[in-house]
Amino acid sequence: MLKQLQSALNWRGLVAISGFFLTWYLVCALELPGFSEIPNPLEVIQMFVREYALDDHYWLSWVTSFQRVLYGFLLAQLFGIPVGLLFGTNEKFRNLFFPVFELLRPIPPLAWVPMSILFWPTNESSIIFITFIGAFFIIVINVFDGVRDIKREHLWLALSLGAPRRVIFARIMLPSVIPSIAVGMTLGIAITWDVVIAAEMIASDSGLGRLTWEGYVSSTPEVLVIGMISIGLAGYLSTKLVNVIERKMMPWRRGRQ
Amino acid sequence: MSAAGSISVSSVQKIYDPKGASVHAVEDCSCEIPSSKFIAMVGPSGCGKSTLLNMIAGFDSPTTGEIRLDGELLVDASFRTPPNSDRVVVFQNGALFPWKTVLENIAYGPIVQKTKTREQAEEEAFELLRKAGNLERIANAFPGQISSGMQRRVEILRALINQPKVLLLDEPFRAMDTVSKSKMHQHLLDIHHNLKPSILLITHDLVEAIFLADVVLVMTTRPGTIKLSIEVDLPRPRSKEMILSERFIELQKQAIAAVHEEARKAFERGEKELA
Amino acid sequence: MINRSSKKLLLIIGITTSVILWYGLVQWTPFKSFNRLPDPLTVIIEWTSTDPDYGLSIFSKDYYLHILYSTYRATVAFFLALVLGVPLGIMMGWRPNFNAYAGALLDFLRPIPPLAWVPIAILILPGDEPAVIFVTFLVAFFATTLNTLLGVRSIDPDFLRAAECLGANSSDVLRDIIIPGALPTIFTGLQIAMGAAWFSLVAGEMIAAQYGLGFMILESYNLVQYPTIVIMMATLGIVGYSSSALIRFVGKRMIRWREQATGMGQGLETR
Repeated sequence: MLKQLQSALNWRGLVAISGFFLTWYLVCALELPGFSEIPNPLEVIQMFVREYALDDHYWLSWVTSFQRVLYGFLLAQLFGIPVGLLFGTNEKFRNLFFPVFELLRPIPPLAWVPMSILFWPTNESSIIFITFIGAFFIIVINVFDGVRDIKREHLWLALSLGAPRRVIFARIMLPSVIPSIAVGMTLGIAITWDVVIAAEMIASDSGLGRLTWEGYVSSTPEVLVIGMISIGLAGYLSTKLVNVIERKMMPWRRGRQ
Repeated sequence: MSAAGSISVSSVQKIYDPKGASVHAVEDCSCEIPSSKFIAMVGPSGCGKSTLLNMIAGFDSPTTGEIRLDGELLVDASFRTPPNSDRVVVFQNGALFPWKTVLENIAYGPIVQKTKTREQAEEEAFELLRKAGNLERIANAFPGQISSGMQRRVEILRALINQPKVLLLDEPFRAMDTVSKSKMHQHLLDIHHNLKPSILLITHDLVEAIFLADVVLVMTTRPGTIKLSIEVDLPRPRSKEMILSERFIELQKQAIAAVHEEARKAFERGEKELA
Repeated sequence: MINRSSKKLLLIIGITTSVILWYGLVQWTPFKSFNRLPDPLTVIIEWTSTDPDYGLSIFSKDYYLHILYSTYRATVAFFLALVLGVPLGIMMGWRPNFNAYAGALLDFLRPIPPLAWVPIAILILPGDEPAVIFVTFLVAFFATTLNTLLGVRSIDPDFLRAAECLGANSSDVLRDIIIPGALPTIFTGLQIAMGAAWFSLVAGEMIAAQYGLGFMILESYNLVQYPTIVIMMATLGIVGYSSSALIRFVGKRMIRWREQATGMGQGLETR
């Protein structure tokens, strides 16, 4: 009975998505107000197959964007996890720097663009910096929350069994914090993509964001749509990748359901 | 007070099919809850007691067999009377609505069934609180502000205000300490004595079962069926001293023997609880 | 354990150190790129002067004009997201069939970053202003819907069953169980949505708007008015934080029962 339910869910999803494409096609074919310049799905597919599927420049854009996402994301993990752990475990550090952190956190990552451009020597590094900012705050907050949530009982148990501080840190704290890191990663990857694309549109000459923007500026909306779909696909793939990593990080979660 | 209902369960079978491996939760289970009687059901964890209760309440249907209320068909494989105030459930972990006050919780049933206006329902709820031991002072508290013992009492009142034909209690006192639990036992006995609803109590606590009930049904491990029906012939009104009487201890021995045998079987099979 | 007065001391030291670090990086390091940054002193003087060099300070009218534009756009987008997202999320959480349709569609559209929608929005909608608001709305909408859905799903099924026993019909359940039960998670979602709205608003303003804080940040860069950049960034931070705080405050008022419950039953206990 459950299997039938699962396949039923799938066909409904397909119906919804097919409905979406159908609506899109009709809306453009009928040239409803506002949609006169929008290409219909068939035109988009045609242009893609004709000019982009085999175009080096297109796939290079994928690589460029992915690279930026990767570097920014990894850097954010590299700095974010330790800072989060420090905030959670060291009261002095927390009292010193958490207020500054909280003051900076509400500033949207893209607001950093001009400062970043002024500060960093190359264009690429300024983009990666902004990507880093986007994910950094999320990771720190999630890790910080994760440390705070560690059951005191676990810590007390370890202490009463005579474990030295280093062991407690490595064997109890780190594993307990892994789920929070995972949550931070999942949230972070979405933000990272958003930031990379935005940064590319505003301040770069390469990548999928740039491609999309150029489609708009050069009045070839097919390219625009190709860009959007490519970006969506890339983002979706990244999220799936992070999910796989998440599952590897937390094998004990498999028993759920 | 409307007439207490009688429940008859006939050859009920319930098969779940999680991921293809069919699980026989309940197999050829038959029992009776006569009108105004207090029936307790005991057995090892995961043996299907809650499944049966859910079916009586209308949350689930049997695969085969039928359940009747006062002779009328309640549920069978193709027909299910939706949950209503004829059979009200008091849940294991408590299901008082946290965002409503105690008074609003108790008055909820009649208001939503439109059998009383808000003023009438709240008045009656207030009266019930008073009669239940001068509890009217918690009328405007939220469930999160009162102890779990009081929460249980409020939940039972919330059920009773609807004058149900059958009161279904799914391990309601499981998480309570001994002192609160024994107070709850007294309350339940008083309710049964004064209002005489039919009651089905599911519990792990054998002493509780024998102390409160007229009949104790012992269920086997999965697939669950009634293994033993123990008639509790202790006089009513029950009193604490009876627990130490010879007859009580004898009944306890019977129950323990039956339950432990089943529990051992379940343990050996490495069974996991269904829910 | 660190006592209160030393906590305050550390706070001041922390902030002071950061500011000095900033100042030091700008003025004393030999890197040219650092030297181009505005230093804290200049920024504060500019921000609080009655006759700012670049026209924007707490005393200038235009400053508040930009704040108003951005706040207006964010508010409109947020309320649209609220009005559309919460009901949708409830429907999706409550009725699994509906969720099967809507969920697939949302999962399909959600990975597209907000800024990628801007050009399409400009083409379809009349004018740049609606396009920017639309893109801001979209991000907030996804966040709201998702969190509302989670909120509904997290309601203990026993509450629904209890309501059924007591004779509640569908609309009773919606009004008395689902909405109050999901409300805490909904408010958390609304805070997230507000943050997401500001994120995407800034991006949208940078690309496609006149006036507004995001627009001004990029504009100040282009006009080589660097201290203004920092002023705008700080203002954004303040406004963003305040809007989230406001939502949190409203949420606390509406969910009184939770606040009171954490008092752990003191004073109303009986023997």
